[in-house]
Amino acid sequence: MGVPGGRILRENGLRDESRRVCAARLNDKPLHEEVAVSNLPSSPVAVGQPAPEFTLPSAPDKNVSLSGFRGHPVVLVFYPADWSPVCGDQVALYNEMLPVFRDYDAQILGISVDGAWCHAAFAADRKLQFPLLADFEPKGEIARRYGVYDAKIGVAERALFVIDAGGIVRWRYVSPIDVNPGADGILEALDKLPHERSPA
Amino acid sequence: MSQLKTAVGPDDHTQGPLDAPIVLLEYGDYECPYCGEAYPELKAVQKAMGDSLCFAFRNFPLSNAHPHAERAAEFAEAAATIGRFWEMHDALYEHQDALDDKSLSRYARQLGFDDALIESALNGAFAARIRRDFTGGVRSGVNGTPSLFVNGQRYDGPRDADTLVALFRQALAKHR
Repeated sequence: MGVPGGRILRENGLRDESRRVCAARLNDKPLHEEVAVSNLPSSPVAVGQPAPEFTLPSAPDKNVSLSGFRGHPVVLVFYPADWSPVCGDQVALYNEMLPVFRDYDAQILGISVDGAWCHAAFAADRKLQFPLLADFEPKGEIARRYGVYDAKIGVAERALFVIDAGGIVRWRYVSPIDVNPGADGILEALDKLPHERSPA
Repeated sequence: MSQLKTAVGPDDHTQGPLDAPIVLLEYGDYECPYCGEAYPELKAVQKAMGDSLCFAFRNFPLSNAHPHAERAAEFAEAAATIGRFWEMHDALYEHQDALDDKSLSRYARQLGFDDALIESALNGAFAARIRRDFTGGVRSGVNGTPSLFVNGQRYDGPRDADTLVALFRQALAKHR
């Protein structure tokens, strides 16, 4: 049986050299660097705490705020970069799951340090139908507020937060950066939310 | 390590005895190149392991990335209703470059579909089954395709026939 962290390397190695190299390069870095800025949280926002508010571009000419989704559960997906292979697979999975998230009345939001134009090109290429937010200026500020910024690499960690309709963090998970965390944990967390509509 | 939430059973498409000591389950997408790559390897594994292996397939189409995957899954499920699931499964993986509606209908006719069955596959008659496979897969930790489970445990190692056969023979030897 393989080590989970090595999966992506093996999985992609047969066919696509560039993917393998990209994953290997990320994999060379330590997985959980402390955030270097002292006055910012260095561990992910805890379960039971209010999710830090943000307003970020979801398109070159459009902003969205977390508080705008109050009344709905929010699945917040921090990921290192558009175009990188694991993220691609991860967002492809969530894109296919939109009907499932809809059953929970939940909104999924992707966040990375890529700019809005980069997100737009990535979303068009992958036919993504959920917002990708640009944590671009100041770079990674929201990832830092959530305690999931990897200052050594300069990207968000691969972190998932499930936020309830009242804006409280109910579940969080930080995955090794080269491992697609899937969605089983997200669905289990959504199942446990109080006072939310559950799918039949 | 992720655990399979719904065990392989009579509702699944299987080859080999359901009570075989090794049950290998694939969550697959008919248009996924990595699944296409795994296809001949898994065939070789089945051949090598004979009746000590039960192989099962569940649908996990990533339809936004693979525009023909869902429709192909529909045709495989339609084939199952006339007892030809595996012939269609194999035809799809052997023709991954030709999964448009016209090609799918051609494979279907070769396998004895009548017009009504082709129509039902084109109209999404099996969507609920495919969705059930997909959602069950997500809940079991499937994060992409192909995802393999061996006796209910997610298998993330190499998918070449030699590795899998060696692993399975080792497991068999331990249980004897």
